[in-house]
Amino acid sequence: MSKNWWKVLTVVLLVYTVVMGLLGQAPRLAILNETIRNLYFHVPMWFGMTIILFASVVYSVRYLRKPSDRLDVLAHQTAQTGVIMAVLGLATGSIWARFTWGTWWTADPRLNGAAVAVLIYGAYLVLRSSITDEQQRARISAVYNIFAFCAAIPLLFILPRLTDSLHPGAGGNPGFSKYDLDNNMRLVFYPAVIGWTLLGVWITNVSARLTFVKHKLYEKQLA
Amino acid sequence: MQLLREIWYLMQKDFRLEWRQRSALNGMLLYVGSTVYVCYLSFVRGGQLPAPAWNALLWIILLFTAINAVAKSFLQESRGRLLYYYTLARPEAVILAKIAYNTLLLLGLGLAAFGAYAVVLGNPVQDLPRFTLVVALGAVGFATALTMISGIAAKAANSNTLMPVLGFPVVIPILLQLIKAAKNALDGLDASPQPLYMLLGLSLLVVAVSYLLYPFLWRT
Repeated sequence: MSKNWWKVLTVVLLVYTVVMGLLGQAPRLAILNETIRNLYFHVPMWFGMTIILFASVVYSVRYLRKPSDRLDVLAHQTAQTGVIMAVLGLATGSIWARFTWGTWWTADPRLNGAAVAVLIYGAYLVLRSSITDEQQRARISAVYNIFAFCAAIPLLFILPRLTDSLHPGAGGNPGFSKYDLDNNMRLVFYPAVIGWTLLGVWITNVSARLTFVKHKLYEKQLA
Repeated sequence: MQLLREIWYLMQKDFRLEWRQRSALNGMLLYVGSTVYVCYLSFVRGGQLPAPAWNALLWIILLFTAINAVAKSFLQESRGRLLYYYTLARPEAVILAKIAYNTLLLLGLGLAAFGAYAVVLGNPVQDLPRFTLVVALGAVGFATALTMISGIAAKAANSNTLMPVLGFPVVIPILLQLIKAAKNALDGLDASPQPLYMLLGLSLLVVAVSYLLYPFLWRT
């Protein structure tokens, strides 16, 4: 129990996010209306994705410095969780866009960046599956992971700020300053960020452990 | 200094190889020519293309030419020859020489493609020097981003399909800036150099990352 306190925390935070996010006070703003509650779902999912993908790159860098099976599995599983969270973020963003902009998808710099980032990590997973030798796969995919992360950063964080965009927080402005004025929303938003990030960590934790067990079983069969 | 000399010799070697087996070079030139002509035949009935479509089509041609030209830079190297380089030069020199060689190759191919394209499909460009500069920067950007990718793809099993899959997402930020800069030069309007700086910055970033990462790729 003492080791698993963070799992309890995740559940508590996410239940709090969902209940307070759907029932709590939200400012009445034109056009946005109730869709402002997406701030508790879409935005923290992207935060969580960024943190998880950053962790994946850190694992890849550590792998290249000191190769080990554990680091490779962790880099792979974090990237996979990152892709899941990115797809969830795209889906929630798309539903939000349907009700505020009136369309599921537009050619907006930030949206394009998000789509390309998903493509990059999809390519990473394809690359992994196309190399059979384990050590080669680990090393080459670590190299691509770092390379792709460096190429995706300007796409997601720099380019959208240089051009005009429909997306909140574009055109040179940081983040969601408009909503920051409302302290009620902050009370739900910050726990939501932590909750969704912890959920990503949890998913990674479970799938990584499953992979370790599979590797152990495989080794036992060989022996 | 030693590094520069190694790069210089490796580049010379690449050019000499290319010149000796001219089939590859001629193949790429024919590829450019036939692609441009296929585009011409497909669009000729519509009259002069509108400027944005003209621009987009040119960049698609250049992108595919670049992928085809760069893909073979590591694929054609046999395993034995790579081992031979390993004994002669350091990995940083190998990747920088490949990037430099691909840049020059794509500069030639890109300008040839632009020339053929402008002759066949008409030339609506208002600010020709700036547009040529953008095409040249495009060659630099494509070469830097794709050289490392071709090194990675060459290590995998089905590298021919993997090359575009790995390459496209990495190239897209560069391509977006290129199309914007090219559109400005095409209209001869907004002369702000911001997209050009952005392109140079992205290329430098990619070269730096390749320089750091290639030694790890090399050992496999």
